[in-house]
Amino acid sequence: MAKSKNTQQKVKRQSTGANILIYIILILGGIIMVGPLIWMVSTSLKDKMGVFQLPPQWIPNPIRWDAYKRLFSLSEMYAGFKNTIIVSFTVTIIGSITSSVAAFSFAKLRLPFKNTIFLILLIALMVPYPAVMIPQFMIFSKIGWVDTLKPLIVPGLFGNITMIFFLKQYLQSVPDSVIESAKIDGAGYTKIFTSIIFPLIRPAVAAQFILWFMGAWNDYLAPLIYLNSPEKQTLQVVIANLSATYATQTDYPLIMAMSFVALLPVLIIFLIFQKQIIESIALSGTKG
Amino acid sequence: MTEETVVEKKKKTFFHHDSKLYRDEHRAALLMIVLPVIGFTIFTLLPLIYSIFASFTNWNGLGEMTFTGWRNFQLMMKDNYFWQTLGNTFYLMLGIPIGLILSFLLASALSRGLKGTTFFRVVYYIPVISSLAAIAIMWQWAYNGDYGLVNQVLALVGIKGPNWLQNVHTVKPAIIAMSVWKGLGYSMLLYLAAIQSVPKSFYEAADLDGANAFQKFKNITWPMCRPVTFFLIITNVIGGSQIFTEINIMTPTGGPEYSSATIVWYIWQKAFKNFQMGYASAMSMILGILIFIITALQFYVNRKSDYKLS
Repeated sequence: MAKSKNTQQKVKRQSTGANILIYIILILGGIIMVGPLIWMVSTSLKDKMGVFQLPPQWIPNPIRWDAYKRLFSLSEMYAGFKNTIIVSFTVTIIGSITSSVAAFSFAKLRLPFKNTIFLILLIALMVPYPAVMIPQFMIFSKIGWVDTLKPLIVPGLFGNITMIFFLKQYLQSVPDSVIESAKIDGAGYTKIFTSIIFPLIRPAVAAQFILWFMGAWNDYLAPLIYLNSPEKQTLQVVIANLSATYATQTDYPLIMAMSFVALLPVLIIFLIFQKQIIESIALSGTKG
Repeated sequence: MTEETVVEKKKKTFFHHDSKLYRDEHRAALLMIVLPVIGFTIFTLLPLIYSIFASFTNWNGLGEMTFTGWRNFQLMMKDNYFWQTLGNTFYLMLGIPIGLILSFLLASALSRGLKGTTFFRVVYYIPVISSLAAIAIMWQWAYNGDYGLVNQVLALVGIKGPNWLQNVHTVKPAIIAMSVWKGLGYSMLLYLAAIQSVPKSFYEAADLDGANAFQKFKNITWPMCRPVTFFLIITNVIGGSQIFTEINIMTPTGGPEYSSATIVWYIWQKAFKNFQMGYASAMSMILGILIFIITALQFYVNRKSDYKLS
């Protein structure tokens, strides 16, 4: 009896020691994760010469808002924000509606060859963007859409196969009887979708919406291919181009301010919705 | 087999219950999926077919396409840049196992239910959601030889770091380190979910049998995480084979002696800078086939997998 109590205490002491070690590792890892981002903010608050000071200052003294002032005098940045907001909101809002409606149909309605059609759509998940980007570019250039936001917006309006896939999975847990009884009550499909299905899948739609929004906000290759004039470019392309320009002038505070401002909106969205986002990702990964 | 019978059954219901009710439902169902089907046809299927066709032509994107048979593929075999960029792409994938091991260890540490787990999950996830372009710009400066963050930290322990992105030997490891840093949170999250979904009774049973920590890890935790490991390997390989943004931003000319140029970067260069659309299409087909094989493998092994996490 006494012996077992002793071992228990020993185990407990051991695990406290292990826990402290684990905390140290986790904290060190955390510093490596956010350290570079903090350094980025710190650099953006220095003056042009301050960044070359050795040893470097982590908390700039004095703090200079100069880079941000110069940043907001750049018309490209405004255009970048405007274009990115137009593209990412249009695509994700309309595309999410298209995708939810399609997921409802695939999961709950009767249609001959429905499953075959769904399997064919899944091919899209296997086709890498680089394999279709050249013909897509040719199509859009034929109809004069190059250097407009349309090539970035229009394909997304037709829905997103990944989103349809996850919403369909989610809808499978909804019993058919719910829909059957609504039908008996004389509800049309629009009514069934808006008053029964959509409220049920709203959390899943929200999670997929946020993920897609972050993807659209951060997209780089497609905007790089389609957009040439600075006033048409999206934020990611704008900061990449400006960074190349200002690097030759060694204006690192400005470059870091730019990058920070570009990632800030998504960071804020993430911090607000972190619980939902993290849970939805954990779910999608284990279900995939 | 089962699919066929499903289709057969569908057909039967389709013909036998040809009532107004069913016709209405079919029409509504079709209407609801018509947009994604059209989108898929216009933006994926047709471009894919067009790409296959274009890869057998000499084409600058503007003029006529002249059919040249297998010539693009023959040229590719002799194109040193093609092999080098393909090789670089695979080299950069060395980060995948490193990232998986690190994220699994972190997830194991977090799965002990310590206080602050939520906080650490968020902290480790911040690089994942951050814009890749912004992150690449930041790391480009962090890898600067004289004033970059990396060398300043190394200087604290007395190491004089190189000018990472300008050096043939360090540019790829530098990009790998950045990729691991950026992707760690995602893999960690999936591993954490997998570890936490292992039923407690498995460990209790193992305790009764007198299993030690390593045996429990080897026989319970790791096998239960296998589907996640496989999922991560596949998605990382697919993502890794298309790595472009960080390359184009951090090393706009493909790095010293093309040492960081990847295959997608080379395709993009050929297509949109040199206007060799036919040749670029041919390379993108090779990339597509490689990715297709990897994805098909995922579906195959997933179907065979005994473990289902819910």
